[in-house]
Amino acid sequence: MMITNLEIVPGKKISKHLGLVQGSSVRTKHVGRDLMASLKNIFGGELKGYTELLQESREEATKRMVAQAEAVGANAVLNVRFSTSSIAAGAAELFSYGTAVILD
Amino acid sequence: MELIIFLSLLALGYGFGRHAEKNHYRTIIAREKVLNNLPVIATKIIPTSHSQHGSNLVMGSVVISVDYFKRFAAVLRSLVGGRMTTYETLLDRARREAVLRMKEGARLQGAVIIFNIKYETSSIYKGRRNAIGSVEVLAYGTALIPK
Repeated sequence: MMITNLEIVPGKKISKHLGLVQGSSVRTKHVGRDLMASLKNIFGGELKGYTELLQESREEATKRMVAQAEAVGANAVLNVRFSTSSIAAGAAELFSYGTAVILD
Repeated sequence: MELIIFLSLLALGYGFGRHAEKNHYRTIIAREKVLNNLPVIATKIIPTSHSQHGSNLVMGSVVISVDYFKRFAAVLRSLVGGRMTTYETLLDRARREAVLRMKEGARLQGAVIIFNIKYETSSIYKGRRNAIGSVEVLAYGTALIPK
């Protein structure tokens, strides 16, 4: 499965469009990380726990998108976009979407 | 008593925050120099000279928090309006760090150029009265890898 945020793949032809595929994941942090975060809010600096958390859930969202693409028989997802929104205190939704296609 | 706590938090935030920012900028500048030969481009049209390359999605992200002093300075600033320099440097650091992480990932895969870079910024941790606590910046693009 090929994933790209370009609209084309260099050197390949798109033989069939299969429409939009998407995946999302909502995650929240645990209390320990929250404690660290409030400390960091005094001292400033990177919140490594949060960076990892968001990375993991973005991977999860991408995995779900890829699973959907596989289900419709695609071999590539083009023009992938990511979006993040915080929906509740301490919880964030990671969303990824793209166009499933069959490449020659 | 409350005033003492407030003032010491302010001093701690100022001291540690300044130190962290200075150090961060130093590493950013050093790493940017190393990765200078891996260009990042915002267009999505690939020149024909690169049409035989393989491509791969690369991304980098970072969550950075403001310190107590900066938040206080921002509250003061919002009374009179105008530029919020303290937050400008925060976002600048976050963006540059995210791009650097993306580039480092791409370099490991042997990329020569990154096309169609997109940024995504979101504030993920809201403090009291909905003040911005920390921001997440994600940078992603398509790395072209010679076959």
